[in-house]
Amino acid sequence: MTSAIDIQQAAKRFGEVEALAGISLEVRQGEFFGLLGPNGAGKTTLISALAGLVRLDRGHIQVMGCDVIADYRNARRQLGVVPQELVFDPFFSVRETLNIQCGYFGIRQTRERDAWIDEVLENLDLSSKADANMRSLSGGMKRRVLVAQALVHRPPVIVLDEPTAGVDVELRQTLWRFIRGLNRDGHTVVLTTHYLEEAESLCTRIAMLKAGRVVALDTTANLLRSYSVHALRLKLAPGAMLPPRLASHAQDKDGVWSISFDQYAEIEPVLAELRVSGCALEDLEIGKPDLEDVFVRVMRGKEAFPPLLPESGVNVSAPKLLGSMG
Amino acid sequence: MTGFPTLFYKEVLRFWKVGFQTVAAPVITALLYLLIFSHVLESRVRVYETVTYTSFLVPGLVMMSLLQNAFANSSSSLIQSKVTGSIIFVLLPPISYRAFYLAYMLAALVRGLSVGAGVLLATLWFAPMRFTEPFWILTFALLGGSILASLGMIAGIWADKFDQLAAFQNFLIMPLTFLSGVFYSIHSLPPFWQQVSHWNPVFYMIDGFRRGFFGVSDVSPWHSLVVVATCFVLLSMLTLGMLKRGYKLRA
Repeated sequence: MTSAIDIQQAAKRFGEVEALAGISLEVRQGEFFGLLGPNGAGKTTLISALAGLVRLDRGHIQVMGCDVIADYRNARRQLGVVPQELVFDPFFSVRETLNIQCGYFGIRQTRERDAWIDEVLENLDLSSKADANMRSLSGGMKRRVLVAQALVHRPPVIVLDEPTAGVDVELRQTLWRFIRGLNRDGHTVVLTTHYLEEAESLCTRIAMLKAGRVVALDTTANLLRSYSVHALRLKLAPGAMLPPRLASHAQDKDGVWSISFDQYAEIEPVLAELRVSGCALEDLEIGKPDLEDVFVRVMRGKEAFPPLLPESGVNVSAPKLLGSMG
Repeated sequence: MTGFPTLFYKEVLRFWKVGFQTVAAPVITALLYLLIFSHVLESRVRVYETVTYTSFLVPGLVMMSLLQNAFANSSSSLIQSKVTGSIIFVLLPPISYRAFYLAYMLAALVRGLSVGAGVLLATLWFAPMRFTEPFWILTFALLGGSILASLGMIAGIWADKFDQLAAFQNFLIMPLTFLSGVFYSIHSLPPFWQQVSHWNPVFYMIDGFRRGFFGVSDVSPWHSLVVVATCFVLLSMLTLGMLKRGYKLRA
């Protein structure tokens, strides 16, 4: 079957900055695919290249088998992009905006087109704002219109570039319900987000980008299994401090220290070290692996994770990086 | 030509929704020019034997308004959508660079012609008008409007901020249109400035356009047609080239 998206050796430089360093990536039809990475990793550049907004220095990209440069008309018909920036045309109402967007894709006004626009408006809770001018909408509403605009031509591939940045819980839920439904109906969805819990719950496969390179690529389940480990979460008593050696392995998140481990046998030496150093605890829990752990480990790379307990003889495996993907 | 009809319609709708600012205001401005200049100069200046100064002024004002508004439409639409980021809505769909050019250029031409027609209608009350050679009126209106619409696209694509566009407008378009014979015949200028005027393409647009009304002109309308048509072809090619390369639109 043709790939929904096929990226081969995509490279792009902006002056001194290497935004994409020869990325190869394939997204299969029907996938809910996550594209993760810190700011500046190259996610938006990659999406822009996919959408024809950025021209690659080398490499090529196909959407549903259509090259985004040589066969740009067909490639763009297959693609719906929700941009990261909250942009709108202040001259038009919501319905006018969507009708115009349909026209750009050569979709003439028919009863079927009107029905689809109504359905999109309904699903995004925009029906009551259909005739409101874009200027009068709240930020969340404008974001919904951007999603609607990307969907008017019923693209088989939908790309959402941080669609929930700065929006409220209600919109997130509405949006994800709708997008999950589209994915169930066979649409391929590519999502970039900084909300890793969203990516974990939605995406079946994830690529992590760093400095224009793919540094991890696998199913979400495999990533969690391969990269992530359990975490011992410690809340210290007031005034208590972690022993320096443990502190170098721990991450502090909102006053809770998290120490990753692979095997339960590793817990006992940690507790012993805490006891010996006199570090008093207020709370202790064992957390399950999550995508945030995976993300942090992948982004830090091998060197950031020396074995937790080298003296204990317990074999702690460092995360495996995708050297071949670099 | 996927997307062309909609993009053209959207661009026309864009200026029409703010018609007071984009059509009515320039008509009023032109009318004020006419009232002031005709009041001051009617009895002192006579350019052609059979034409009063007020009548002489009308085609110049019509053409000047047409040209300035054609430029303003395409340039302001592009810079506005670039600055706000909404340009992405026309860059993501499968619209070819030719369709893009035609839609923006023709919409700007429609605005220019609307303003020009408005000025002509409004000034009919103040000066009797002849339409001796309508072919030239139409030809120069269409070509002149298309040239300034293309120039507006070039400026809108090139400028990164409103400041740069204002510079383009104030230091290039305004001098070219004001110093083109709108308010005078170039025969009334000293020889040096007559020569300078011959290097101004807007002079040929206005002179040819005025020829259509009165049947007299400073230079042959065929000469003007060659100059204006050449400018149109060159500017169209330049605009199409910029769009094809995605200059300042696609990184």
